[in-house]
Amino acid sequence: MSLFAPSSPHYHGMTPVSIVMLRVVLALIPGAALYSWLFGWGVIFNIGLCIATAYISEALMLALRQRPIAIFLSDNSALVTALLIGLALPPLAPWWLPVLGTAFAMVFAKHIYGGLGFNPFNPAMIGYVVVLVSFPREMTSWAAPLTADHQTLNFTQTLALVFSGALPHGLHIDALTAATPLDTLKTQLHLNHSVDQIMSASPIFGAIGGKGWEWVNLAFLGGGLWLMYKKIISWHVPVATLGSLALIALVFFIIDPKLYASPLFHVASGAAILGAFFIATDPVSGAATLKGRLIFGTGVGLLTYIIRTWGGYPDAVAFAVLLMNMAAPTIDHYTQPRVFGHQE
Amino acid sequence: MMRKLFKFPGGLHPPQHKEESTKQSLRAAILPKRLVLPLHQHIGEAAKPIVTIGERVLKGQMIAKADGYVSAPVHAPTSGIIHAIDIFPIPHPSGLSAPCIVIDSDGLDEWCQRVPQAEYQYTPPSHLRNLIRNAGIVGLGGAGFPTFIKLNPTPGKVIDTLIINGVECEPYITCDDMLMRERADEIISGAQIMRHALHADHVIIAIEDNKPQALEAMKIATRGTDIEVIAVPTKYPQGGEKQLIWVLTGKECPSDGLPFQIGIVVHNVATAAAVHRAINLGEPLISRIVTVTGSATQQPANLEVLLGTPVNELIEQCGWKDNPDRIIVGGPMMGFALHTPSVPVVKTTNCVIAAAQKDVSPPSPVMPCIRCGECAAACPVSLLPQQMYWHARAKEFDKIQDYKLFDCIECGCCAYVCPSNIPLVHYYRFAKTEIWAQEREKEKANLARQRHEARLARIEREKQEREARAAQKKAAAAEGKASAIAAERQAEVQAAIERAKSRRDQQRGKAEQMWQQGGRYNNEKEKQAEIQAALNRAKEKKELQFTAPKNIENLTPAQLQQIEEAEARRRRLAQATPPPTNNE
Ligand code: SF4
Ligand code: SF4
Repeated sequence: MSLFAPSSPHYHGMTPVSIVMLRVVLALIPGAALYSWLFGWGVIFNIGLCIATAYISEALMLALRQRPIAIFLSDNSALVTALLIGLALPPLAPWWLPVLGTAFAMVFAKHIYGGLGFNPFNPAMIGYVVVLVSFPREMTSWAAPLTADHQTLNFTQTLALVFSGALPHGLHIDALTAATPLDTLKTQLHLNHSVDQIMSASPIFGAIGGKGWEWVNLAFLGGGLWLMYKKIISWHVPVATLGSLALIALVFFIIDPKLYASPLFHVASGAAILGAFFIATDPVSGAATLKGRLIFGTGVGLLTYIIRTWGGYPDAVAFAVLLMNMAAPTIDHYTQPRVFGHQE
Repeated sequence: MMRKLFKFPGGLHPPQHKEESTKQSLRAAILPKRLVLPLHQHIGEAAKPIVTIGERVLKGQMIAKADGYVSAPVHAPTSGIIHAIDIFPIPHPSGLSAPCIVIDSDGLDEWCQRVPQAEYQYTPPSHLRNLIRNAGIVGLGGAGFPTFIKLNPTPGKVIDTLIINGVECEPYITCDDMLMRERADEIISGAQIMRHALHADHVIIAIEDNKPQALEAMKIATRGTDIEVIAVPTKYPQGGEKQLIWVLTGKECPSDGLPFQIGIVVHNVATAAAVHRAINLGEPLISRIVTVTGSATQQPANLEVLLGTPVNELIEQCGWKDNPDRIIVGGPMMGFALHTPSVPVVKTTNCVIAAAQKDVSPPSPVMPCIRCGECAAACPVSLLPQQMYWHARAKEFDKIQDYKLFDCIECGCCAYVCPSNIPLVHYYRFAKTEIWAQEREKEKANLARQRHEARLARIEREKQEREARAAQKKAAAAEGKASAIAAERQAEVQAAIERAKSRRDQQRGKAEQMWQQGGRYNNEKEKQAEIQAALNRAKEKKELQFTAPKNIENLTPAQLQQIEEAEARRRRLAQATPPPTNNE
């Protein structure tokens, strides 16, 4: 009898990458569903376009790089990237925006570096930032939440708008869109209004964040907490990110509440929660050691606040994450745990 | 008495699978017809056969003696005829074959004379150690280090605590569990002997809390003694020596150090029982308890097995059920899969798993590392497995050592949790082997360089000697006329020879230094280096034979003597492996 003799350990308790990724997708679904319910069909179109592009470009790249296509397509990592881009883009964006962003993410941010596991930057955020800086006008077509006093489009109308830019007769795009709460806050602050004035004057602000947005973010929070419970992500990055964001916001809020929004607003607005639980936790491009993750998260939180408040973009999670991605290898290097049996 | 326990970092809780093999009580395995006894069943030098083919041996008779300090003798597990002394497959991860003594059992199982040692309390430790050594006892937990060495503390070193390891943290294995349940007294008796030999103040028996019956039995057996029985929380790899010491005492064994340096010695429960048998009954180590389990067996059980029993015959006794996917010796986390089931049970064989497909993970595709950090979180040594994996893959062996590769205990925790299913431990073994090989290469290159330099020196010397002779002739021809000039010339030549000689001496000094530096190797490497050196010596000899005519053609007796001296020195150096230290 000749036997199969592989190396130990002979059994594994791992959750395979594909399942890890699938759980991330599952955790995103409630938020995505709520988002689309509140902001219209555009969200679904975005996500659909992103997923299709992600799989096509990934398959293409795998073929070009002569890697096993089936194995890598089924690792579900493309799905996660696609979802994140889809959720980050404005819901009424023309069809080529999600396609371009996703294709760039998959081809340049992922496969040029060697595919899954080798990308130094979060591909979704690269894709998003590339279209954000290249097409600033298209990137502002944020659908207004259904609950605000704006018009909304049905399925076919959205389809027509996304693919041909055609609007129903007599409707102007301005009637459909609204600046995001963070954007509004930023521009109005420049006009020397106080935070209080701005928030009470505009219909897009809700109880704690933006109208509609706060619910979506709550759903993301729920999903994120579930991931933590499932041990897919550790608490370090989300807690450090949101904690540091809230803390620095609190400091400035105490200094001058007229000029600086409350910590709660900062946490509940924009992509803070999505970023803290789903983007900054990306293992590939983030810090790997536990101490490193705390530093990484803190960096993301602080940078988010700094760019939001003093930088050129209303939301800044993507930039903050990318900047910290650059720092990740260094952080890892300096946060290695002490090896058992070695004195400091 | 409550003892504060410490937690080691990382670790896992893999499914236990221990109930299967604990349903039946211990029983003796069937006496096999033929026993194969590898001469090398322990860490250190292989034993040397002291029997001849055709000779009849009795049960318990020594058939191979220890060869060197770190070595252990082998005894006949039953009475019979020596059938062969030859190379046979042995249980080894690489599927190696190695020298073995084969005994055809005569079915009589006739003991040789056994000499128990009465009243160990009044026996000097050195004598006890000798008896234990002669009984061939090595660590039965799996590592196989000769036991008497670990009972021989460095003079002046106080051993504060003797830990008897009954943790048995690997899934599936239950041989220690059953031993503790059924032969607790033997273990305690052995522990007392070891304690006496070590003059240890405290004795702690550590058992994972998933073995309530063993705990109970040990507690009963230690009544009236001051031996502590401690239940430690179940967590793999709690049974690792350094991990266990940390858990029980909060002392961190230094990375390059051994437990005795912090006043602690750890022995396995089965080793303690073997010591009891050796001292109180005069029985050498000829059998051990082996867990036979896995879904491919009908009735998993623990059997008392004579060493040398073929693994397939052993599984036979528990009944085959399915075709095994693989047969594992040891546990599923650290054990190795056999290439052939017809290898013998040896002193370190604690468990045989005839694993059906459901026992083991199917080979699934390896995905790229996603840097999730799960491996680092699981590592009990706080290494960064993923970093080491990158460097091992890239063959950056310097960098991987910066990440403390050699602190890796190959426990498999990292690979167990890796979502990308990367065979991490495999990469570490590969890196370790490569590094050892590189060091051997370096050694070889050094020797080659030395030889090359020696040759250059020789050529130069020969040239100068030729010139000297020519000069002499000339001088003789010129005779009286220019005798003053000739004398000067000769002095010059003499000086040149002196210079060459001193250069040669310097080179020898360098070679000597290199050898000494080589002396810090551990056993395995030492051995390899020794083998390499022997090979080199042989090669050199061969080369010398080829070049010899030129070499000794025109030598003066003084030069010949010089060469002889150098040769002798080289031989001495080559043989001078550093003497084993007491407490290795
Ligand atoms: S567990 Fe595996 S995938 Fe995760 S960091 Fe370690 S090696 Fe990489
Ligand atoms: S095998 Fe080595 S690196 Fe992996 S967990 Fe165990 S000690 Fe750490």
